[in-house]
Amino acid sequence: MAVAGRYNEVVLDHYRNPRNVGEILGSPAVAQVGDPASGDVLKIGLRIENGRVIEARFKSFGCTAAIAAGSMTTILIQGMDLAALDRFSNQDVVAALGGLPESKLHCSVLAEQAIREALRRYREASASVAAGGAPCR
Amino acid sequence: MASIYMDNHATTRVDPRVLEAMLPFFTTEFGNAASKSHAFGWRAEEAVTRARTQIARLLNADPKEVVFTSGATESNNLALVGAFEAAAGRGEHVITGATEHPAVLDVVARLEARGARVTILPVDRTGLIDPDALRRAITDRTVLVSLMFANNEVGTIHPVAAIGALCKERGVLFHTDAAQAAGKVPVDVQAMGIDLLSLSAHKVYGPKGAGALYVRRKNPRVILEPMLHGGGHERGLRPGTLNVPGIVGLAAALEIARAEMPLEARRLGALRDRLQEGILARVEDVQVNGHPTARLPHNLSLSFAYVEGEALLMALDDVAVSSGSACSSEKKEPSHVLRAMGLSDTQAQTSLRFGLGRFNTEQEVEHVIGRVAEAVARLREISPLYEMARRTTGAQVTRRIPTS
Ligand SMILES: Cc1ncc(COP(=O)(O)O)c(C=O)c1O
Repeated sequence: MAVAGRYNEVVLDHYRNPRNVGEILGSPAVAQVGDPASGDVLKIGLRIENGRVIEARFKSFGCTAAIAAGSMTTILIQGMDLAALDRFSNQDVVAALGGLPESKLHCSVLAEQAIREALRRYREASASVAAGGAPCR
Repeated sequence: MASIYMDNHATTRVDPRVLEAMLPFFTTEFGNAASKSHAFGWRAEEAVTRARTQIARLLNADPKEVVFTSGATESNNLALVGAFEAAAGRGEHVITGATEHPAVLDVVARLEARGARVTILPVDRTGLIDPDALRRAITDRTVLVSLMFANNEVGTIHPVAAIGALCKERGVLFHTDAAQAAGKVPVDVQAMGIDLLSLSAHKVYGPKGAGALYVRRKNPRVILEPMLHGGGHERGLRPGTLNVPGIVGLAAALEIARAEMPLEARRLGALRDRLQEGILARVEDVQVNGHPTARLPHNLSLSFAYVEGEALLMALDDVAVSSGSACSSEKKEPSHVLRAMGLSDTQAQTSLRFGLGRFNTEQEVEHVIGRVAEAVARLREISPLYEMARRTTGAQVTRRIPTS
């Protein structure tokens, strides 16, 4: 309970009932960032069609804030086009969560990094398909 | 269910009998134990003398060898700094262990800055130092060995008597931080060759802010340089008006602990074993940290693979336990104790410490088993590490099919 006192209700709600937990199979837009040794890993998967995110899923090995940040991120990016996704920042997550304790801000940074990395992979895969390369087997 | 307290290594609730013994010393018996001119002072002094005798009996020491302090942190400081400074010229080498509490490690670091040469002995997988490594580490410049009686995270109990004998043989002072052991397991400064011993009231159902340092007076007579100055209290070793209610509480707590130790150790040991077995039966991939037998009976340290400790603490929101990482700063620092025992940073991040205590019940243990099983299952479902591990095992199963 002492731990719970450090987080607001929105964060606790997303921690207790995380939205969009899971994996996206068969999409290149999947990224796992962070380091288990420092207790924070976030995996985000996106299904992108016609330049828009139509589905987002996450998994987290991390603290309360990390789980809440992952959950909130999947909601925020639902339906976004790639240009908006490029502008996506950890501040968006923090704001939507109604704030995080100072020492937990890095959890939101992880969300931004995961999105960047998922997008990079998506573009790389699209480029190689466009260039006629065979999809990875 | 109301909140369940299972963090008794951090601190304990004051036993009602201890509180009752203390109360008069806040009200009618409020005298200063150093006041020699009236009955208020005399009665306070009498109470302190009685407390000193009770504590000495628990340790098999002489009452004159007990110095009252504010707790184990202060006792450790006085023992280490005091012995180091008193030995100036004779030696500057200090030996300690990798799993000590910061109240020893940080003091030793301070001594190092003041010219000490420090050896920090490693521990094995179970948290034990190797007595042979200690033997080899001692030189003719060694002035002090400080090794804890029992560890506060994993409960590992050091072979104190063997360490004491070794130090005696080499003529080196032996200090032990017994904050977690005093009142929980038998402590005998004579039989165990202990020269300096720190203890604390709030770890044994006594009040916070009261503790003691045992300082041997014979074979050898230990000389300490005091850290505080200002009045002759406690033979000049620890000046300041005595905390009479705290001292009475410390003695009452230790007296109860001494009388009830065999029964209590058995009861808590059985509860701990049930908690351990209950969790292991319901949750896969759990590692028990610490020594299988040389372990405090009320301690249980577990690593739950694929699940981060703080998230797990949070899921157990009606159970007070603590995690294996200090999550105070930017980075979660994995416990130095678990690291020293050879756990990876990742494993240390997945660890929880349960500390059972006098007021825990069987029903609470059963409840906690259920809550832990649920929480771990839920968090593993959202853990990418669990997903990867399952996929790997899954792959192995598939690979096995064609060959069979
Ligand atoms: C092994 C050990 N030493 C020292 C201390 C510090 O004791 P105190 O709180 O009495 O200063 C503790 C408790 O946190 C402990 O577990």
